[in-house]
Amino acid sequence: MATSEQVHVHPAPTGFLRKYIFSLDHKVIGLQYYFLALFSVFLGMGLSLLMRIHLVWPEAHLPIFGDIKPETYLALLTMHGTFMVFFVLTTAPQGGFGNYMLPIQIGAPDMAFPVLNMLSFWTTFLALVVMVAAFFVTGGAPLHGWTGYAPLSALQSSGPGEGLGADLWITSIALFCVASMMGALNFITTTLDLRARGMSLMRMPLTTWTWFVTAILGLLAFGVLLAAGILLLLDRNAGTSFFVPGGLVLSGQIINHKGGSPLLWQHLFWFFGHPEVYIAILPGMGVCSQLLSTFSRKPIFGYKAMVYAVLAIGVLGFLVWGHHMFMSGMSPYSAFAFSYMTMAIGVPSAIKTFNWLGTIWKGKVRLTTPMLYAIGFVSLFVSGGLSGPFLAQPSLDIPLHDTYFVVAHFHLIMGVAAIFGIFAATYYWFPKMFGRMMNDGLGKIHFFLTFIGTYAIFMPMHYLGLAGHPRRYSQLTEVSYLHGLMPLQHFITIAAFITIGAQLLFLVNLFWSMFKGPKAPINPWEATTLEWTVPSPPPHDNFGGKTPVVYHGPYEYSVPGAPQDFVMQNDPKQYGEGTAH
Amino acid sequence: MATLTPPIALDEREPRLGERGAGRPPQGGDEGGLALADFRRRLRRYRIGLMAGLTPVLMLFVAFTSAYIVRQNLGTWDDATKAYALDWRALSLPSLLWLNTALLLVSSVTLELGRRSLAAQVAAASRSMVPARAPRSPWLGLTLVLGAGFLLGQWLAWRGLEAQGVYIASNPSSSFFYLLTGTHAVHLLGGVLALLYAALTALGTAPLARRAIVVDVTSWYWHFMALLWVYIFALLHVLR
Amino acid sequence: MGLVLLVVIWLITLVSSYFFYAHTWWLPHAASAAAPAIDRQFDLTFVLMGIVFLAAQLGLGLFVWRYRDRGQKAHFSHGNNTLEFTWTTLTAILFLGLVMASNRIWAEQRFTPPQPGAIQVEATGLQFAWYFRYPGPDGQYGRTKPELEDASVGNAVGIDDADPAAKDDVVSGVMVLPVNRQVDLTLRSQDVIHSLFIPAMRFKQDAVPGLMIHMHFTPTQVGDYEIACAELCGLGHYKMHAVLKVVSEPDFAKWLAEREAEKQ
Repeated sequence: MATSEQVHVHPAPTGFLRKYIFSLDHKVIGLQYYFLALFSVFLGMGLSLLMRIHLVWPEAHLPIFGDIKPETYLALLTMHGTFMVFFVLTTAPQGGFGNYMLPIQIGAPDMAFPVLNMLSFWTTFLALVVMVAAFFVTGGAPLHGWTGYAPLSALQSSGPGEGLGADLWITSIALFCVASMMGALNFITTTLDLRARGMSLMRMPLTTWTWFVTAILGLLAFGVLLAAGILLLLDRNAGTSFFVPGGLVLSGQIINHKGGSPLLWQHLFWFFGHPEVYIAILPGMGVCSQLLSTFSRKPIFGYKAMVYAVLAIGVLGFLVWGHHMFMSGMSPYSAFAFSYMTMAIGVPSAIKTFNWLGTIWKGKVRLTTPMLYAIGFVSLFVSGGLSGPFLAQPSLDIPLHDTYFVVAHFHLIMGVAAIFGIFAATYYWFPKMFGRMMNDGLGKIHFFLTFIGTYAIFMPMHYLGLAGHPRRYSQLTEVSYLHGLMPLQHFITIAAFITIGAQLLFLVNLFWSMFKGPKAPINPWEATTLEWTVPSPPPHDNFGGKTPVVYHGPYEYSVPGAPQDFVMQNDPKQYGEGTAH
Repeated sequence: MATLTPPIALDEREPRLGERGAGRPPQGGDEGGLALADFRRRLRRYRIGLMAGLTPVLMLFVAFTSAYIVRQNLGTWDDATKAYALDWRALSLPSLLWLNTALLLVSSVTLELGRRSLAAQVAAASRSMVPARAPRSPWLGLTLVLGAGFLLGQWLAWRGLEAQGVYIASNPSSSFFYLLTGTHAVHLLGGVLALLYAALTALGTAPLARRAIVVDVTSWYWHFMALLWVYIFALLHVLR
Repeated sequence: MGLVLLVVIWLITLVSSYFFYAHTWWLPHAASAAAPAIDRQFDLTFVLMGIVFLAAQLGLGLFVWRYRDRGQKAHFSHGNNTLEFTWTTLTAILFLGLVMASNRIWAEQRFTPPQPGAIQVEATGLQFAWYFRYPGPDGQYGRTKPELEDASVGNAVGIDDADPAAKDDVVSGVMVLPVNRQVDLTLRSQDVIHSLFIPAMRFKQDAVPGLMIHMHFTPTQVGDYEIACAELCGLGHYKMHAVLKVVSEPDFAKWLAEREAEKQ
């Protein structure tokens, strides 16, 4: 095990540009990622609001936006998914909190490669700029969905937005891939090489474990997405035919490509796409574990099992991509194989859920705002996760594929549970990052409105899917059996308005507290991990020139014989049985 | 214990952007051993980073390979013949590629010699009382020339194909040819630029340790690129 | 606070479960031979997952209230390996069992070729309509050519009249099928990926350009059933729908004969 006893002697930067813009400090970079994600999530929510309005009031004439045409709806949908999956869920949990907290949690003064860290943020920023630019070019943003299936995405004449807008979309994603790979490289090297003395792998907090495994997933998955994106760009612009078969006629025009396979795109995309959703959720699981333990004043139930579960989810995550393709025309025998693997991945997820419940059981639960979000995470993960076994069975996927049932499933897990992970992390680590406490009352109101609101939005979508409501429909006016589902769609839209409105409470709380919140003590939650041993906010090199030495595991709460109900990881004294492991 | 003049070549004082794990300012004592240990630690860190960084590059080419195999063997429906038709036509590879391959493999050897030479210098400097000079070695320059030669050769191979009317969209086989060789060339160019940086800093005053690390990391990257090229070349030949 | 949270979690769980159990919105009435098996498997999954859902959510709500900080000491434990092993095994058995039962249905439907005597229909998707082609008495589909595809002259499918097999091909915007007879369906697409979704038949299959995909199903009840497109295909995806009319065997024969006659 490597040690980092060498003191990091590069001095704190001076000057506005070096301190806040081109900073090499992982804490500043973490905040930069966080605020990029914050911008993206409000953009993504705004897009979804426009979508919800159009669905129930298709003829509505909106101020500024005017009429929303069907193709506009699809562009909104595409960009909503793209912003949320890439610029929010792959950014805030990992790039944001991971960057900020991982070095501190393992006792390191910074990431292994600070310059690379800075570059990875600015490349992500560039990717965002290019993505936003897609809205403003001729034809606008693409309409092919965040999944970009070919040939719809491969032919410039397949619809409005499929010209330059689609090229910019692909370019942005390619840049994002490069940025993610740079970031992942940093996380892995840091975790392997910069741990303080005594911080063995099995003493790392579960948050660090999930950031580490997420980085490995990213390293393996994003290269494949980049490959797919390059092939798609070539098909679109260089006349190649990787994904486009022959004999196509679009709007009366004969298309000159031949021989390509649309299924090839799906295989490449989902080989990335499935690990991607685990990239989106694993850090949230780590935060949930950390918070449930801290606020139940109990060690996490089954630490080793939790680690193995995370590893199992990571590995199995690469073996299930075909479950997105049961109806695609892929061999039914492959479907057979993929369905077994998919059900298998439900097992480690179930283990984690049991262990979360086991952590709360016979604990001493403190219902702080971060804890509320961690509990909410468990509830939403259960709800979203249990629709998985339906979709994992190919014969049941027949009625459910590409309906709102799928939309309910992934929104509950990614669009809510993972977001709750981000909220939980924010309320939990805010005191450390800004030296002030967030307003608890406002936080609790925000929690209840959001918890109830998101259930009100996404639970009904299961019913829509069961009734056969396909997804990505811009209107319900044409297919007759959808007319009866309008009241439910109305309900969802109202719920969306209220829930999105409630997020302003969070925004107010965040920014107000940053400047005016009550000063935070060094360890307001009485937590055990290393970030709670340093000042709030931490100095430039985190530990003030002294590298910590670790003597305990990360979740030693209520240890018999200890003077307090928590034992810091760097506490040199030993207490009770089972503290050293 | 008497204080000895430290070998200043190894001690980093104020490391600049991106430098990590700096040694403590000279204090005497077993300075050389300490500095060497620090060098080894930094080297290990950069090597881990490189291995991590090469993983997505590997996955990129794994994805391209799987696309290659699928595209080669999957037919699409042709209603004229009422059957699935394969449109892959074998590409005759320019013979220049053999020469380019030789250039790249030799450049790997020269770079490895350069890497070892620098590593030996670092070890020697840590033992010596005399401040290390940066001796001139031909290996980096030679590698640069060979590497540039490879890239030039690849470009000429493309021109040759274009002269025969074989472009990227002519056939899936040529699409993959340009794709694989082009992506590889872009990555190798990155290696060339890194080597250029290492070679130029030799003319400047950069510490020996930093140069040794840059060359070490670039060497492994370069060897990977050479192996990758051999793989691509074999794929293009065997699965024509 | 704990009580409020318990009430909220319990209410959400019970209210949403109610709507699932009450089938307020549910799978549409089934009218195909494959449907009963799928619906049974659905109900089984639903009951089992429902039990887990209720247990987990109600348990979560209960725990956060029951173990709220009232000054008690938390129980110090790092876990329980026996418990871990037990619930892992039980979960694995549950999931494995479910998917094995389900895959038997999948195999029956998808690993088998169509029955001899199945009626042949070719469904072609294009932006933004479906066309259904019947091969006629010769049992052969005529050759199609992309350059002949032109809906405005009534040849959306692009049939090449030079092919003698094309003479008796009937193309319809409505899918008409005789009841209780298996249909050997061929799916094609002219431009992008579409998907033929007939909820009442529990049928869905993507139509992929470049592929000729064979599927089969058997309608078991006379009636009209709506067909929706279930794969994003462009701006008109929401209005790319059609109707499946299942009629008696004599009515079907009559319909087909009338359409054949129109062609002469």
